[in-house]
Amino acid sequence: MTPLQIIFLITAVVTLGSALMVVTTRNLVHAALWLIVTLFGVAVYYVLLNAGFLAVAQVVIYIGAIAILVIFAVMMTRRLVGESGPQVNKIWWLAALLAVVLFASMVAVLSTWSGFTTPAPVPVEDPLVMLGQALVDPQGYLLPFELASVLLLAALVGAIMIAWDRKDVGGE
Amino acid sequence: MIPLSWYLVFAAALFCIGLFGVLARKNAIAILMGIELMLNAVNINLVAFWFYRAPEAIAGQAFAVMVFAVAAAEVAVGLALIISIYRRRNTVIADNVDMLKF
Repeated sequence: MTPLQIIFLITAVVTLGSALMVVTTRNLVHAALWLIVTLFGVAVYYVLLNAGFLAVAQVVIYIGAIAILVIFAVMMTRRLVGESGPQVNKIWWLAALLAVVLFASMVAVLSTWSGFTTPAPVPVEDPLVMLGQALVDPQGYLLPFELASVLLLAALVGAIMIAWDRKDVGGE
Repeated sequence: MIPLSWYLVFAAALFCIGLFGVLARKNAIAILMGIELMLNAVNINLVAFWFYRAPEAIAGQAFAVMVFAVAAAEVAVGLALIISIYRRRNTVIADNVDMLKF
């Protein structure tokens, strides 16, 4: 066991445990806080995979924006949700069975692949520079990058329009 | 060192946990959280394949950045829809919003 493997296993246990708490805990605010722990664990994996930019973006975007947005939404819709009654529907056992079967079949299929146990390569020098150049290079990913920005802008304008409280137009 | 298989198995487990959350939860916000878990599992796979199989091409990381942007857009629109439904119908339980169902 090298130190890296120990770090990997500890992070895996923490991340998967908190992910299980996200999908099973009754209190939705607690679920959102467990979601933050899970997202931090994923950020650790980005660091292990030599993707420093993604680790920072994970903390800033997922934890800083998305998780906080989820917590706000939980607080705004809390009155009715409460902690009473079951938080899962009637066929939760079928969902659990499906998840377990899918996991087993994915692992079974992947383990037949010859590259399944690819050993760790030598990390490339400075992937951040490569990523930055690829994102603004017309031969690289300039067009998808701009499309993603337009999509984000449209989605945020749409979100404001949808959530707008138009008391005078229809509604209740 | 860590072989690629560890990341793949971990990502598969995270994806399946997220799938369970999406299928089993009643609350629409909890369903969105399950979707976030699944998107994160996909991102780990993308970055792991990039790191182990094609480190000279940056495509894996570039695609993960796109997934980030799409996830942010998805959560913003999803939560806006949930809040709008909550205002009009006073519920966030996905089973109660079934007007389109036969």
